[in-house]
Amino acid sequence: MEERRRIISILMENEAGALSRVAGLFSARGFNIESLTVAPTEDSTLSRMTLVTDGDEAVIEQVTKQLNKLVDVVRLMDLTDDRHIQRELMLVKVEVTGEAREEVKRLVDIFRGNVVDVGETLYTVELTGAGDKLDAFLEALSPNRIVEVVRSGISGIARGGRALTVR
Amino acid sequence: MQKVAAADAADAAAAEVLTGAEIVVRCLRDEKIEFIFGYPGGAALHIYDALYRQDEVKHVLARHEQGAAHAADGYARATGRPGVVLVTSGPGVTNTITGIATAYMDSIPMVVICGQVPRHLIGDDAFQEVDACGVSRPCVKHNFLVNDVSELALTIKKAFYIATTGRPGPVLVDIPKDVTAQTAPYRYPRQIRIRSYAPVHRGHPGQVRKAVQLLRDARRPMIYTGGGVVQSGGAAAAALTDLVRILGYPCTNTLMGLGAFPASDKLFVGMLGMHGTYEANMAMHHCDVLLAVGARFDDRVTGELSTFCPYAKIIHVDIDPSSIGKNVKVTVPIVGDAGKVLADMVAVLRGGGNGGAGGGNRHLGGWWKQIEEWRAVDSLHYDRGSALIKPQFVIEKLHEVTKGGAFVTSDVGQHQMWAAQFYNFDRPRRWINSGGLGTMGFGLPAAMGVRLGHPEATVCCVTGEASIIMCIQELSTCKQYDLPLKIINLNNRYMGMVRQWQEFFYDRRYSHSYMDALPDFVALAESFGHIGVRVERPGDVEGALVEAISDKDRLVFMDFITDQTENVYPMIAAGKGHHEMHLRSAAGGDGGAPAERELA
Repeated sequence: MEERRRIISILMENEAGALSRVAGLFSARGFNIESLTVAPTEDSTLSRMTLVTDGDEAVIEQVTKQLNKLVDVVRLMDLTDDRHIQRELMLVKVEVTGEAREEVKRLVDIFRGNVVDVGETLYTVELTGAGDKLDAFLEALSPNRIVEVVRSGISGIARGGRALTVR
Repeated sequence: MQKVAAADAADAAAAEVLTGAEIVVRCLRDEKIEFIFGYPGGAALHIYDALYRQDEVKHVLARHEQGAAHAADGYARATGRPGVVLVTSGPGVTNTITGIATAYMDSIPMVVICGQVPRHLIGDDAFQEVDACGVSRPCVKHNFLVNDVSELALTIKKAFYIATTGRPGPVLVDIPKDVTAQTAPYRYPRQIRIRSYAPVHRGHPGQVRKAVQLLRDARRPMIYTGGGVVQSGGAAAAALTDLVRILGYPCTNTLMGLGAFPASDKLFVGMLGMHGTYEANMAMHHCDVLLAVGARFDDRVTGELSTFCPYAKIIHVDIDPSSIGKNVKVTVPIVGDAGKVLADMVAVLRGGGNGGAGGGNRHLGGWWKQIEEWRAVDSLHYDRGSALIKPQFVIEKLHEVTKGGAFVTSDVGQHQMWAAQFYNFDRPRRWINSGGLGTMGFGLPAAMGVRLGHPEATVCCVTGEASIIMCIQELSTCKQYDLPLKIINLNNRYMGMVRQWQEFFYDRRYSHSYMDALPDFVALAESFGHIGVRVERPGDVEGALVEAISDKDRLVFMDFITDQTENVYPMIAAGKGHHEMHLRSAAGGDGGAPAERELA
């Protein structure tokens, strides 16, 4: 069966240990986690998690069923097959000396990023977008300029009226 | 619901102020818990003090926390009520982990309450500190750390609710010692709702009708049921029995499901799986419609998945959606409680005027003829003329002497398989064993729990000399609480199942499977204050059993010196299919797999 990357949104009780239950489930059952982001929502009793995983249809069915089985999971939604928005935040520290200062600035503008910290030889760049856009930015930089990269992992939300809420 | 809420509010107004420790005990009382199984220690001492000052909840002092957990588990399996464990922090809780994992694998309702170091010491590597929620997480249905005494009662209520509903399982509640000393107004909620937890009970009616139609149209039907039917309650076993008899179809039970359908019924083809009967496994392999209820297609049941039930459309009924489609593809999935779904199926069948054994299905004659041919192979045969005690013979005699009415617990290994094959359970909850985790040491403490739950019953522990040693300290508990268990020790001086695998698959290199320097079990039993009996000749087996079973007051430890080289047959080797069973040869050795022929 075809392996596919899936983006799953999870609404969980905002309880101590909730994150470790999800992480523990994935390691215990041998599922992959590509990325996992989690933060409280506007309702302080709930956490929202976006999980990126891959697997064939049977594996993904088990992933969603096992997640649903966790007592702290209120609801979940597989965003992959319907229209959705995914965004990731990246911070990159780039070495910029001489002409490269201008060159990198132009590149940041093209990608609609921001230089959020400027040093004598370094820029820190902030960039938001889908994962492939962030990948493309890193590819466009010459690799020896990249000092440090930090990515948040993907956050996702469905387009249109579809919403993952307790109501 | 409104009435309940009003009653809860009235309770709140009149609430008594109690310490956390008192709240724990009051919750257990209000949950109508009869026994808790435990072992005291520092972090649990406030709770133990509160226990001392009342006499409604009875505490059973095990001799090791693992024993406490297995005893609570045995109690739960035999009664259907949740087992409760109380232990201290650190080693208290780590010692229960094997018992918790055992209950988790077999979906047994259990609540484990453990003391924790005071909150200000958590994370400091304090004396007897362990992250109880962390170490138990992979083997509990859920767990809680109680940080606030005002949440204690609600948390305990949630623990019982989660442990006993849906697919049951163990729930751990970790309570820091200072929380048990704080006070709060006590009220125990009568009813709760957890927004993130809503187990399904009824199967989808459309799916139920589809399943019944598929069953009616079957040419070679098979019904395979597991522990879910036992766990669901007595009504489920009754509904299963109705369904099988109305249809007149063959029925097999898993190791966990034995007793859900009466073994003495002609429609029962025995247990299936690695050491199941030839007829059960061959019928599985050749069936065209398989109804699976409360069973999870475990690897010991299915054998090699790629050759599992190659001709069958599968109906799978389970309360846990994640069990369905996990190992095999299913044609008709039904999420629901086994008992309710089976009752609904019976109702649909009866409504369709399709009564009478096999009456509705004219095509069944050939299938039953085939099954009878497989049955005639007599795959459980063994040498009845042996001069040595055959373990199978002991179990057959035990069945005879107890008239099939005993509760039988077991440990893990050959003796477990022989008990499962030869005791012929006619009723659910009579066969108590660790099927999923396969925990040696389970049998004796589990039997204590069974007996406490059924104080008049004959409770037998079928064990082996390797397993029994693993929780032998519980003989002391049996003495303290006057539990007249009957221990049937099938003593072959080997870890029998390990030895069997080494004989078959490791060219008879018996690496560390010989039990050297065994104790004198008779003297050992006597030193604990019990009766010990050694039985060395087949002719003495029945007499020893009769005498032991008729003793209503004392624990009798029977040490049967059995044939050292006896193996469990039939057997499907790991990685093989149901149609590749090895049978015992006429000479007693491995007869290999009978030649396969295609069915029309």
